[in-house]
Amino acid sequence: MKTEDLIAECYNALTANKVRTGLTMLGIVIGIGSVIAMVSVGNAAKSSIESSIQSIGSNLIIVSPGSAKGIGALVSSGRGSSQTLTREDGKAIDAQISLPHTTEMENSTRGQLVAKGTNTNTRIIGTTASYATVRSVEVSLGTFITDDQDKGTSKVVVLGPTTRDDLFGADADPIGQTVRINGNTYRVIGVTKPKGGSGFLNQDDVVYAPLSTVQHYLVGSSFVTTIAIQAASPSDMATIQSEVTAILLDRHHISDATQADFTVQNQTDIVATASTITNTFTTLLAAIASISLLVGGIGIMNMMLTTVTERTREIGLRKAIGAKRKDISAQFLIEAVLLTFAGGFLGILLGWLIAQAISSFAGIAATITPSSIALAFGVSAAIGVVFGYYPARRASRLNPIEALRFE
Amino acid sequence: MIECTNISKTYVTGAMETPVLKNVTFTINDGEFVAIMGPSGSGKSTLMHILGALDTPTNGEYKLDGRVVSQLSDDELAELRQSKIGFVFQSFNLLSRTSVLRNVALPLVYAEIPEEERLARAAKALKAAGMDESRFHHMTNQISGGQMQRVAIARALVNDPSLLLADEPTGNLDTKTGDIVLGTFQKLHTLGHTIVLITHEPYVAEHANRIITIKDGVIISDIKNTHVRAITTSHDL
Repeated sequence: MKTEDLIAECYNALTANKVRTGLTMLGIVIGIGSVIAMVSVGNAAKSSIESSIQSIGSNLIIVSPGSAKGIGALVSSGRGSSQTLTREDGKAIDAQISLPHTTEMENSTRGQLVAKGTNTNTRIIGTTASYATVRSVEVSLGTFITDDQDKGTSKVVVLGPTTRDDLFGADADPIGQTVRINGNTYRVIGVTKPKGGSGFLNQDDVVYAPLSTVQHYLVGSSFVTTIAIQAASPSDMATIQSEVTAILLDRHHISDATQADFTVQNQTDIVATASTITNTFTTLLAAIASISLLVGGIGIMNMMLTTVTERTREIGLRKAIGAKRKDISAQFLIEAVLLTFAGGFLGILLGWLIAQAISSFAGIAATITPSSIALAFGVSAAIGVVFGYYPARRASRLNPIEALRFE
Repeated sequence: MIECTNISKTYVTGAMETPVLKNVTFTINDGEFVAIMGPSGSGKSTLMHILGALDTPTNGEYKLDGRVVSQLSDDELAELRQSKIGFVFQSFNLLSRTSVLRNVALPLVYAEIPEEERLARAAKALKAAGMDESRFHHMTNQISGGQMQRVAIARALVNDPSLLLADEPTGNLDTKTGDIVLGTFQKLHTLGHTIVLITHEPYVAEHANRIITIKDGVIISDIKNTHVRAITTSHDL
């Protein structure tokens, strides 16, 4: 049998029974489509969580007092936990680290802000000028806190965009206006740009003030709640982390590192912790996807088996009029390949459409990875071809008389 | 020319041996129209399968056009069927939702004949089987039973076989349509085709020129039919 005739025969056989062909392909389309959509959504969720963590700042080493409290410790550690870190600790770290870096210190609290007729309760972060660099904070109006203001215990504040909206109305320019906190008047010197992409809490609902001002007027102590060191490159982080630990152990006169009254966290560790969460999530999605793949695969298998069984008489006839074994098995193999490939292509398209739909409705960037296409397509194609070919091979070996008598 | 010498066929099921054909010997010359008649279980279907190279005998020799068929492999049998034998089945066995013309041309696909020639020869065979040209492009599920059998006859003729084998070709048709199909065979006989018709009905067998009667695997009579039943109906299907 000639190849072009073989392909023409397959095409005719597939188009002769459109419902059967359609149903077989549907199994493949859904199997492949759902796997691709699942995996792409899982990956999108994962990268969304990762970018939230990155928005905190990059290459950070965070020192906090007391024992670690997981991810929560880095955004609002402090009040209530032990008071063991001081501004002097921060200065010593900044002075003694051998590799390039930037250091900022914070003492944060909550407080009631009052403007003309409006008020809000928000987080007040007392910090140094380098905070803007380390935590990637940008100013949209006015300026950020300067070192001079910190030295002079100036009563100035920089508002987060949400706090600005709450106190002065959306998109208002509050520069030069005043707010009252705990009976003192503070001058607004700047508004920060929205940080967005926050996974844990609203990073825009915040007020920044000089560290010394917060320590003096609001907290009433000279401790700091966080010291953050930004390394110049990720490869420096391990060294800086061990240097910081050594400096603080020495300053606090602690010889046993397990007894340390502070915690040094590397942002990579935090990302790793978050990764275990997202990996669990991905595993869950992968499990759901494999079930859909399995169900799709069984669907393909069933259709292929029934198709061949249904066509036993046809196989008998073809053999009676002169088809050889290889003609029969080649025809069914090619039909199975055409079906799985056409179905696979539509499945990829369906998966892509679902991913796009989820991206636009849920606002996460669902991207299709080649590996998920390869996995879904490979498994379905293998099932389709094996279960299309195996019964056909068996049928091709049938005695034509028995095949023709088959009911 | 068909030469069967001491053909035996025994089916073995477990320890049980069932002899179906016992030392059958006969010869059919080119151009003959022979009916093989017998009740069900007589072994006539088994004989047809052997004649049609669908099956091989347990013992004995079957020669078709001088070639020994008895000991061929599966694929060699397929090739022989493709080049020398045309089948007409009781249940037509046409490919559904496929055009009449394509159905008839199907055996030529396996003979690796180019498409243009295939369709030309299929059209010729359809005309020989008495099929109207207007129906060549109909789907097989859109035509009547009698027309289906004509398509099946045309398919059997298309490879210009040495032997046309019909297994109860009128079994699924009403008497009138059956008569027309038998008339088609008679017409093909006058054109020089060798036809072997298997049936259990004496009425059908009487349309042939020679009747071989088989019972319990043995030929009990082999007579020349001097009173061939002529087909008077000339209704078109």
